[in-house]
Amino acid sequence: MATLNSTALAVFVVLFGLITWLGFAAARWRRGDLERLHEWGLGGRRFGTLTTWFLIGGDLYTAYTFIAVPALAFGQGALAFFAVPYTIIVYPILFIVFPKLWSVAHRHGYITAADFVRGRFGNRWLALAVTVTGILATMPYIALQLVGLQVVIGAMGVGGAGVVGDAPLIIAFLILAAFTYSSGLRAPAAIAIVKDSLIFITVIAVLVVVPSELGGYGAIFAAVPPQKLLLTPPAAGSTGAYGVYATLALGSALALLLYPHSVTAILSASSAHAVRRNAAILPAYSLMLGLLALLGFMALAAGVDKLPAYTAGFQQFNANFAVPALVLQMFPSWFVGVAFAAIGIGALVPAAIMSIAAANLFTRNIYREFFRPNCTYADESRVAKWLSLIVKAGALVFILEVNQQYAIQMQLLGGIWIIQTLPAVLFGLYTRWFNSWALLFGWAAGMTIGTAVAWSAGFKPTWVLTIGGHDFSGYTALYSLVLNIALAGVLTVLVRAFGRSSDRDETAASDYETA
Amino acid sequence: MTGRGREPKRGWYTLLLLQFVLALCVPFYNTPEPRLAGVPFFYWFQLAMILICAVLTAIVYFVTEHRR
Repeated sequence: MATLNSTALAVFVVLFGLITWLGFAAARWRRGDLERLHEWGLGGRRFGTLTTWFLIGGDLYTAYTFIAVPALAFGQGALAFFAVPYTIIVYPILFIVFPKLWSVAHRHGYITAADFVRGRFGNRWLALAVTVTGILATMPYIALQLVGLQVVIGAMGVGGAGVVGDAPLIIAFLILAAFTYSSGLRAPAAIAIVKDSLIFITVIAVLVVVPSELGGYGAIFAAVPPQKLLLTPPAAGSTGAYGVYATLALGSALALLLYPHSVTAILSASSAHAVRRNAAILPAYSLMLGLLALLGFMALAAGVDKLPAYTAGFQQFNANFAVPALVLQMFPSWFVGVAFAAIGIGALVPAAIMSIAAANLFTRNIYREFFRPNCTYADESRVAKWLSLIVKAGALVFILEVNQQYAIQMQLLGGIWIIQTLPAVLFGLYTRWFNSWALLFGWAAGMTIGTAVAWSAGFKPTWVLTIGGHDFSGYTALYSLVLNIALAGVLTVLVRAFGRSSDRDETAASDYETA
Repeated sequence: MTGRGREPKRGWYTLLLLQFVLALCVPFYNTPEPRLAGVPFFYWFQLAMILICAVLTAIVYFVTEHRR
């Protein structure tokens, strides 16, 4: 491992100290009774347009994204850019669909997507399916945030084997756990403002400094091997890389907003209008992500993987070390500290929101629904706080004790799982045509088949559908979603043919309108 | 529910649909030329598309949001 970079480490520690203080101070921000779950777990639904922008931005564009997207560009080239169409089509979806979810949730006090499904379809088992899927998909996602943190800590030369090597990660985790417990969603909301400012500064600095060092963007792209520069055009009778690129973008976009941490951030907005406005201003983050992907090419052009100083880093973290190595190579130590703090804090914000979202789900849709229907508001809040600790501890143990590769594979499966809740949640916002048991059956089929296909393909995200000699390669999540919807549709028709009446719907059509 | 005079504005929502088409027409933008300041079309077009689509969403917002 590289020698200890003490200047960078000092800057990193100071910035970490700042956000620790901010995390605890946030409890008093837009003060509310933290003994109520909607105050602890949704910030009292009081965040205006700008705070929501920082919160959702800090939530969706995670530390792992900042490391992994350039790493994918570094390793595989053009394919990494699917993140751009992905983050484009997410926003029309946010604009059209999620103000409805906000409105109905606001009117009925829903805190999770499963709360909505429970109220809309009156079927607690369908709501349980949405809950379990959400928690399952979130766990590996939290673990991946810790991977992002691990990479930058390692890059500063802190580390080694055994307990001493793990100590920085454990300390960061304890800080995260403590302020989440005490301040709830207000902590990541306040910290997101600092984090995103640091990220924007870092990205702008890198985009200005590095190209001038490497001889301009022309020289950078000239250094990219031709087979990485563009997608390989597909052979006749196949959709090839084009199909993969487009379906990865579409499937990821459909899945993203269904994740519990997305729903939590969206529902914490102060109005449906704030959600709609954010659909127009959040693309600023997409632009930043697209530019960040180019860092992978800059790392290629700079040839950081061939420099002896970074050999050990690449051995430990593979392509994920590309961005840290580039920053170390091109910048003075103090700026390395700023950039790495941006990534490190960038891991804490989504990890906090994810653990809160998972805790909300467990408390509302398992604890209260199945075990303590008459629990008090204070009980609810207490259980959620403790659960947020357990969820994070689980993620930490996973990263420290289990192979990191498993976290990445599990996160891939997470995308396939969470998209199976789309018919119940998104279609549910528009129609009750689907029978709730049919939806549950479709969900089960999508989960099982999607997991089996990804497993048998050795955790590759894509699968090839062959019809009449034509190959359609695409994202497994999207194929399993189509199966899910088709099955739910057919079963609904059958159930209706036998004249079974639907369960009770506690929502009214006017609940979905934005005031 | 009543339309409350919002129905004529429905057409503007096709600007949102257009974003899906733009973003997913991969064969159209998978090409190196024309370059912009040394950046292949594949990259600068997609980055520009982010800005264009944000503007499209903003237009739909301003047209459909009723003033209070």
